[in-house]
Amino acid sequence: MTTELFIQYLFAGITYGSIYAIVAIGFNIIYNTTGIINFAQGEFVMLGGMIAISLLPFMPLPLAIGLSVLMTMVIGALIEIVFIRWLHSPSVLRMIIITIGISILTREAAVHIWGDNIRALPYFVGDEITTIGVLGARISPQVLWVVGVCGVMVFVLHLFFKTTSVGREMRACAANRTAAILCGINPRNMVTFSFVLSAGIGALAGCVMSPITYTQYDVGTGLAIKGFTVAILGGLGNSGGAVAAGLMLGIIEAFSVSVVPLAFQDAIAIAILLGILFVRPHGIFGSGEAARLKAF
Amino acid sequence: MLRIRNLESGYGKIKVLKHVSMHVDPGEIVTIIGANGAGKTTLLATIAGLVKARAGEILFRGQNLPALSAEKIPALGCVMVPEGRQVFATMSVEENLILGAHVLQKKGRQVQEELLEHQYALFPVLRERKGQLAGTLSGGEQQMLAMGRALMARPQLVMMDEPSTGLAPLIVKEIFQIIVRLRDEGNTVLLVEQNAKAALAIADRGYVLETGKVILQGPAADLLTNQDVQRAYLGREKIEEQ
Repeated sequence: MTTELFIQYLFAGITYGSIYAIVAIGFNIIYNTTGIINFAQGEFVMLGGMIAISLLPFMPLPLAIGLSVLMTMVIGALIEIVFIRWLHSPSVLRMIIITIGISILTREAAVHIWGDNIRALPYFVGDEITTIGVLGARISPQVLWVVGVCGVMVFVLHLFFKTTSVGREMRACAANRTAAILCGINPRNMVTFSFVLSAGIGALAGCVMSPITYTQYDVGTGLAIKGFTVAILGGLGNSGGAVAAGLMLGIIEAFSVSVVPLAFQDAIAIAILLGILFVRPHGIFGSGEAARLKAF
Repeated sequence: MLRIRNLESGYGKIKVLKHVSMHVDPGEIVTIIGANGAGKTTLLATIAGLVKARAGEILFRGQNLPALSAEKIPALGCVMVPEGRQVFATMSVEENLILGAHVLQKKGRQVQEELLEHQYALFPVLRERKGQLAGTLSGGEQQMLAMGRALMARPQLVMMDEPSTGLAPLIVKEIFQIIVRLRDEGNTVLLVEQNAKAALAIADRGYVLETGKVILQGPAADLLTNQDVQRAYLGREKIEEQ
C-alpha cells in the first residue's frame, strides 16, 4: 500500500470514527444518568442533518445548523418528558423497548416528512471536488470539519462535566442517585438534560457529516449500531474510551476495504461487537471496576 | 422544629412504621434507638422524602414534608446523612462538598467558599484529601465527608443514619465528638443509632423504636439506666451473657 493510499484510508477511518465516537458519547451521557441505552440515539443524528437541510433554503448555513441543533435538543427534551420521565423505576428491558419504539416512531415520522430521498448539506468549504493535500494524499476539507467539530465537542463536553455546576450535578446523579436527591438535586431534570445534551451533540455531528456521508431517514439505525459497538468497546459510560474505540472501529472499517469487499464493512462492526460481548463484556478500555463506578 | 404525628410508612405491602409520634426541638440531639428492623432507617427515609408516608404528618418548621418531593426538602434546612455514607465515589472530596451546597447555589461563590472552609476546619482530614476521589477514602473519612456534605447546606436539622456502622471504635468516638460539637455550635441533630449506649451518652433525649412503634421516650440519661431500654437495645441474649 502506498503512503498516499494509507493516509487516504486513515483519514476516512478517522472521519467515520469521530462520528461513531460522538454517537457513543451520546449513548454514554444517557446511560450514565439513567442506566439505560437510548437506541434512538442515531435518530438524533438523522434529525440534525434533515432539519438543517430543510432550513437551508431560508437562511445561511451556520444559522440552519444552529437552529437544527436547537430544534433537535427540544425534540430530545420532549422525548424524555413524554416517554421516559413519568415512568417510576421501570425495568431495563422496558426502557430498551421504549427507546427502540421511539427510534421507529422517529424514523417513520421522518419518512412522512422528508420522504426516502437521499439528501445532503452542501460542503462547508468549497465543493465535493475541493481537496487539500496532506502528506501526498488528497482529502476533502469537510473531513477536517468533521474531525475538528467532533474533537471540539469532546473537549467542550469534558469541560462541561468538570467545571459547570449542571455538569457536576449530572455526574452526581450518575454516581449516586439517592445521595444526589439528598443534596436537593432533582435527578429527573438531570435525565432531561442528558437527553437534551445527547440530542444536541448527535444533531451537530449529523450536520457536519451530512456532506460526506449523506442523510436519509434511516441513517440513524446503522449509526446507532456502530455507536453502540463503540460504546461497548470503549467501556459503557466511559467517554474517553469511546473516542479511542470510535477511531479504532473507523480505521479498521476503512482499511478493511482494501482486504474484503465494501459490502462486508458493516459486518466487521457487528463481528467486533459480538466478539467483545463474548470475551470482554465491559469493553477493551473499561475495567469491570470502572463499569460499576460509572464515570463520564 | 420537627414534629411527627401518627406517622405510618413502609415499602409495598409491608407497613414498617405504625403511629409514630415524636418531636425534635432546636439545639438538641435526639436519638432514635432500637434493634435491627425496628424501622429507624425507614423513619429517617420517610422524613427525608425517600419513602412516601402513608398517613400522619411530618411538620418541619410548619411545612408538611410528605407533601413535597424528596429533592425539595434539603432546601428547607432538613438534610440527611444516609446510612453507609453514600458519597459520590467517582468525584473528588471537594466536589462532594460543593454538591452539598447545591441548595445555596444562588447565594454565590463567596458563601460556598466560607462553607468549604468551615467543613475543612471541622474535618481537617478532608482538606488533606480534597483532590482525592471520594471512593478512595477510608470508611471513617467517607463518614466525615458525608457529614461535611450535609453541613454544606447550612441545615437547621441534620439527620444521621447509623454513622457508626462499620467503623473502628476510635473513629466512632471521633464522629460522636463531632456530633456533640455540632450541637454545641447550635445545630440540631436527629441521630439514628444501633449503638444505643454511645448514642444515649451524647443525646439530650431519646426514643426507643420497636417493630415500628415508639415504645419508650424520655431524657437520654433516664433511658440509659432504664431496664426495659437495656433489653430493647441490647436484646435479651446479650443481657444474659453479661
